[in-house]
Amino acid sequence: MGKNDVAILGAGMHPWGKWGRNFVEYGVVAIKDAIKDAGIEWKDVDFVVGGDTMRNGYPGYVAGATFAKAMGWTGIPIASCYAACATGAHAIEIARTRILAGMAEVVVVVGADTTPKGFLAPNKGERTLDPDWLRFRLLGATNPTYFGLYAQRRMDLYGATEQDFARVKVKNSRHGLTNPYARYQKVFTEEEVLASPLVSAPLRLFEICATSDGGAALVLTSMEYAKKRGIQNPVRVSGVSTVSPTFPNTVIDMPDFSTDSAAGISAPDRTFKDSIAWAAYQDAGLGPEDVDLAEVYDLSSALELDWYENIGLCKPGDAEKLLRDGDTEIGGRIPVNASGGLGCFGEAVPAQAIAQVCELTWQLRGQAGERQVEGAKVGITANQGLFGHGSSVICTR
Amino acid sequence: MSNKKRVPAIDGWLDMNESDPHLLGYLDEQSGTYFFPKDVSVSAAPGFADAPRKEVALSNRGRLWSYTTNHYKPPEPYVSPEPFEPYTVAAVELTKERMVVLGQLADGIDPTSIEVGQEMQLVLATLYEDDENEYVVWKWKPVGA
Repeated sequence: MGKNDVAILGAGMHPWGKWGRNFVEYGVVAIKDAIKDAGIEWKDVDFVVGGDTMRNGYPGYVAGATFAKAMGWTGIPIASCYAACATGAHAIEIARTRILAGMAEVVVVVGADTTPKGFLAPNKGERTLDPDWLRFRLLGATNPTYFGLYAQRRMDLYGATEQDFARVKVKNSRHGLTNPYARYQKVFTEEEVLASPLVSAPLRLFEICATSDGGAALVLTSMEYAKKRGIQNPVRVSGVSTVSPTFPNTVIDMPDFSTDSAAGISAPDRTFKDSIAWAAYQDAGLGPEDVDLAEVYDLSSALELDWYENIGLCKPGDAEKLLRDGDTEIGGRIPVNASGGLGCFGEAVPAQAIAQVCELTWQLRGQAGERQVEGAKVGITANQGLFGHGSSVICTR
Repeated sequence: MSNKKRVPAIDGWLDMNESDPHLLGYLDEQSGTYFFPKDVSVSAAPGFADAPRKEVALSNRGRLWSYTTNHYKPPEPYVSPEPFEPYTVAAVELTKERMVVLGQLADGIDPTSIEVGQEMQLVLATLYEDDENEYVVWKWKPVGA
């Protein structure tokens, strides 16, 4: 057992979709399921961390309070946090550090979102000091624009093809087919993907993740508490990374107009995205060679290939080979996105990084049904949020 | 040419020199670091957050890092022509400043004719217009195109 382990006693999710209801409802369903899964009651919880949503008014900005209230005030301390797409992992880290400090024993971590249709857009108004507003105004740089830049670069540098990008979507659609929480439970063919309209070339509509409604929750406890409950071998959170970039960050990131300049101070050995998983591996005392499965942030199909390299599954430029060899399919050497990934879920921002950990929990318990990765003992998640938020969680059993 | 006044779509980012345009950034001479845009969400060089920054014209040439063509109309505040026309966003690495700067690809350049690594130069171009003004931004075009 690692010195920084905390136990995952419960995992729960509300199915992803476009339900159009209050986000609080999804979070409450997820909390109730996680609590039931953990075999505890709401009144046993001594700390709540809520991942904020920016698109649902004030209750979304104070998610910890919103969910504690919806479950019934019990006087416990609460926290709310926001880290864009990495919000869920940051919420997990707040819970973990509180548990490891001995200041909490049973913590609920929850995130839920209701999203508008179409592109995620910046806040309204003439916001000339907000880079998120400016990039839409001056460049028309939507989120898929950045995904398109990364994808085109893979083609020109590494010889990636449109077929490779489509193959990622096809793989993930097979994985998510029987996942009851996935929004899209349908197998896509390469032909269907390649016939879908271009969004940000070379990326097509079926290769770019949708925005979804959904909710996910975990019950995290101290290892002692798990033992006290008679659970000898729980799935654990063994490493968490919530790193920010090291200057100069030389790969263009959302929502920026430019990278940092490396003219005066040289670039670090690891790119920001490489540093995300590296920090989690360091924390867990593990390496890429120990990993049995990975859940990575496939905001686009091509981005999944970048992650193979960023989390150390292969060298830069070798991701296409890993994919083509079937290594990242269920049954392959290192399955990636066994849940179906964002390709099957779409993104419910503050819930997504928590949902990744729910999947690892079920996989490491052997409860993942038809998408089970046989014998999985170690899993890693990876994710990146705009404005410099990295996140990665390593789970072990 | 219309008689409309050409004004920058954002103040202080461009020198508006029609024949030899440049983006305006900052240089922190102590760490040797350049910044663009000047005051919006840039990372200081750690340890040099207090270093004075002076306005400089950035190189107007660099190498194409990547590019993508958008086929869907973005939400506001993008001001789209009606009907919407696809446009290309290019990322160009300035050699001297060692930084990648985004900009749209200049009008009339076929995006299937460009490739990563080729030399690009900055031009001024109209982003949108109203009854009085043409609002000008920087765009990238291949050198010699």
